Amino acid sequence: MQIYVCVKHVPDSAANIHILGNTQIDEKVAFLLNPYDEHAVTEAAVLKKTVPDSDIIAVCMGKKDAEKTIRSAMAMGADRGLVVETDAVCDSMTTARALHAAIVQDGSPDIIFTGKESIDSEGMQTLFRIGALFDFPVVTNAVSLEIKSGKAVVTCELAGGRTRTFQLALPCVLGAGRGLNTPNYPTFPDVVKARKKPIQTISLDSLGIPPGPGSAKIVALEPLIQKRRPKKILGTPAEQAKEIIRILQQDAKVIS
Amino acid sequence: MKQAGIYIEMENNRVKDTSLGMITLAARADVFLYALVLDGVDDSTRQNLAEYGINTIVDMPLADDPQIRRNPAVRAGAIADAARELKLDTIFGLSTAEGKDIIPRVAAMMDVPLVMDCLDVNLEKNIARTSQYSGKVMADIQLTGSVIIFGIRPNAVQPVPAPAQAQTITLTLDTTVPANLSLLSWDDGEDGGRISLAEADIIIAGGRGLKNKENFSLIFECAGKMNAAVGASRVAVDEGWVPYACQVGQTGEKVSPQVYIACGISGSIQHFAGMKTAKMIIAVNKDENAAIMAHCDYHVQGDLFEILPELIKQL
Ligand SMILES: Cc1cc2nc3c(=O)[nH]c(=O)nc-3n(C[C@H](O)[C@H](O)[C@H](O)COP(=O)(O)OP(=O)(O)OC[C@H]3O[C@@H](n4cnc5c(N)ncnc54)[C@H](O)[C@@H]3O)c2cc1C
Repeated sequence: MQIYVCVKHVPDSAANIHILGNTQIDEKVAFLLNPYDEHAVTEAAVLKKTVPDSDIIAVCMGKKDAEKTIRSAMAMGADRGLVVETDAVCDSMTTARALHAAIVQDGSPDIIFTGKESIDSEGMQTLFRIGALFDFPVVTNAVSLEIKSGKAVVTCELAGGRTRTFQLALPCVLGAGRGLNTPNYPTFPDVVKARKKPIQTISLDSLGIPPGPGSAKIVALEPLIQKRRPKKILGTPAEQAKEIIRILQQDAKVIS
Repeated sequence: MKQAGIYIEMENNRVKDTSLGMITLAARADVFLYALVLDGVDDSTRQNLAEYGINTIVDMPLADDPQIRRNPAVRAGAIADAARELKLDTIFGLSTAEGKDIIPRVAAMMDVPLVMDCLDVNLEKNIARTSQYSGKVMADIQLTGSVIIFGIRPNAVQPVPAPAQAQTITLTLDTTVPANLSLLSWDDGEDGGRISLAEADIIIAGGRGLKNKENFSLIFECAGKMNAAVGASRVAVDEGWVPYACQVGQTGEKVSPQVYIACGISGSIQHFAGMKTAKMIIAVNKDENAAIMAHCDYHVQGDLFEILPELIKQL
């Protein structure tokens, strides 16, 4: 099987984000593999165990530095990497077109994994767009996967513990959720081995992607600073509870 | 005038309040509003939608067969068909768990731009406001295209009545299930009626401070008494005290309730990423230096094992 995993190079969730100018962030912070993509790579590695001659290809669009994220994916099980290099900030319509074109140029996927969303731009849509470009079925927030007689049987989670189980024809696109598996955190030998795996870099321009019929453009970024002024609720636990109830009734008006 | 279609989510045959909030948000602009209803329109639905400002209710009932009705690709296809048929230029849907599986499909099928999880929308300029980078940044994103789509965070805008004369039209849809994606089964959870985290007015959440699974019943009991949804920090989920579906934060649910009560939660950046936009935060923590105590509206210093039982007693 040819298993593609689309991965994204994102700022560490604990990093302080500074805004430069009006529409960009200061990228001098630690970047790493998007957490949901860790589940995607791990699942690809699990699948490869059952279909041994599979090839796992990690694909990432980003700046040159994105190679680091490909190396992380390799340490977790990807066999080779593909970087679509660009300095531009692309919207998801363009990103999906680029990933689609890069994958088509590289091979023919039997399955494409992604994370259900990226933790930086939180767009939640690139996987669906990739699916539409290939005309492959897509599901998101997958928490279990089984390949049965040439079809993927995937359970996806909705809110409140609700689930839906789908059957997808292969090839398909699966958006990994956190319940899918426990990521394979690499050992030192995995990291060393990953350094020797091949990465191919192609420039976004060389893919010659025509502009999409629409666009999403960031026109302003501003830090989300909270101006909350904590008021202390003092007293005995009984008095504190009483005051909380009063606030819920009279100030927030959410209980009667 | 803009022609906007609002995809209405229903629960127990009623229009969700969060769907009504979306109508209020859209109606701020000079816009003709269609309500796109896939689950049947009865009199109370009609009145409800008219009361909040819908101009035309589009009744496009899907077949009763849950394999059809619940298939997100079928639902998305219906919305895309309606958009073409009605020549809509703008589509709104909720960024709920269902919405996250439907709205991006519509955008992908139509190949048009989308912003999910919008906290606000300026329809004059086609700009959506959404949070990025784990709630650390607010981004204004401008969409261009013949059709544009906004996924609205539930509770981002409270519904305000604005009565309109609504007419109802029926659209007959081709609802074939795509051959490559079928729904085999579904599970609505043990208590299907449990309040959904993303849409709750009140959330009471527990973290490591609860210490074990048994103690978490304090949170459930409190939630039951105030009709709140139960949330949790990642620690509480990783420890197996509550299911992942309860997790609030960067890698969990993003919520904007009226009130968020955090008990035994320290207020990590990743937790805040999911609840920063709550209108009111009440923090119960024994450590007055916990991060959450400096970023809340009410700071309740004390032992949750004393305060929660009092709350349960007094509610
Ligand atoms: C990539 C990534 C993603 C993450 N995503 C999320 C996410 O989505 N959601 C999330 O929550 N976390 C997330 N985390 C984890 C996050 O960093 C924190 O570890 C987690 O939020 C801490 O949970 P907590 O507040 O319950 O525990 P702690 O930080 O241990 O805090 C426990 C608090 O309970 C208080 N306490 C203890 N006993 C009592 C008592 N008897 N009475 C009152 N108070 C008491 C303590 O004073 C303390 O403040 C993520 C981390 C990473 C790296």
